[in-house]
Amino acid sequence: MSTQGSLKVTTPSDREVALVREFDAPRRLVWAAYTKPELMKRWAGGPPGHTLRLCQIDLRVGGRWRWEVEAPDGSVMGLGGRYLEIVPEERLVSTDEFDQPWYEGDATSTITFEEHGDRTTLTMLLRYASRQVRDFVLKTPMETGVNAGFDRLAELVAQPSLFE
Amino acid sequence: MQPSGYEQRLNATFAALSDPTRRAILARLASGEASVAELAAPFSMSQPAISKHLKVLEQAGLVSRGKDAQRRPRTLEAAPLAEASEFLERYRQFWEGTFQRLDSLLEELKAEERSKRRGSKKR
Repeated sequence: MSTQGSLKVTTPSDREVALVREFDAPRRLVWAAYTKPELMKRWAGGPPGHTLRLCQIDLRVGGRWRWEVEAPDGSVMGLGGRYLEIVPEERLVSTDEFDQPWYEGDATSTITFEEHGDRTTLTMLLRYASRQVRDFVLKTPMETGVNAGFDRLAELVAQPSLFE
Repeated sequence: MQPSGYEQRLNATFAALSDPTRRAILARLASGEASVAELAAPFSMSQPAISKHLKVLEQAGLVSRGKDAQRRPRTLEAAPLAEASEFLERYRQFWEGTFQRLDSLLEELKAEERSKRRGSKKR
C-alpha cells in the first residue's frame, strides 16, 4: 500500500474542485475500472461499507450513466448523468445529477488519465454552478450525509451545530 | 437560510484562496511578515494591484497589518486557514477511502492478467 500515491485536493478556480491521485497500474486498467459496470461495482460508490447495487453505463456521447449506492445503514442514493465527451483511456466528461439534489445547479466532472511507465495519474475536475455551491459541497460532511441518506442531507446541513 | 457567521467566514476564506496570486502572497507571509513593496517584488504586478489582493485577504481575516507605521508589514493569520483546511481534509479523506478500494481492484486485475499470461505461455 505504501507505494500508492495519496490523494491531493485543490481548488483551481472558484467553481471547481480538483482531485489528483496516482495509481500503481497501467492506464487501460484504470480506464476499464471507470467504464465497465461489472468492474465499477467492485470499487465505486464511496468508502468501505458502501455498495454500488446498480451501475449502468452507456458509453457514448449523449449516453447515460446511472448509479444506486447503498449505505451501511441500508439507505439508497441514486445519481446519474450524461456523457459529454469520451476519448478512450484519456478523457471522460459527464454531467452529475442526484435524484434528490443536495446542491443547486448542474455539475460536470472531467476525468483525465495520464500514464507514466506502469503508473497512472487520475485527475478528476468537478465544476459546479457557482462558488457558493462549490463551497457548500466542500463543507458538507459527506460521510454524515451518505450514512443518513441523502434525502435528509439538506435538513442536516441546515443545523449549524454540524459546523461548530 | 441566512448563513452563520462561521459559514460566512469560511466562504470568504475559500474565495480568497481561489486566486493564485493570493495563494502566493500567503505562502510568502508564511515565512514571515513583509511590506507591500516586498510582497510585490516577485510578481510582475504593480503595488496597487498587490494592494487589491491584500485587501481581499485582509477582509477574509487571513492577513493583518503590523504596528510599524512606516512599513505597515502584513502578517499571516493562521486560524481561518486552519478551519478551511480542516474541511478540505475531511473531504479528502472521504475520497481517499473510495480510491483505496480502487487500488485493491487494480491489484486484483493486475494479478489476473499475470496469471493469464503465465497460463498462455504453458500452452
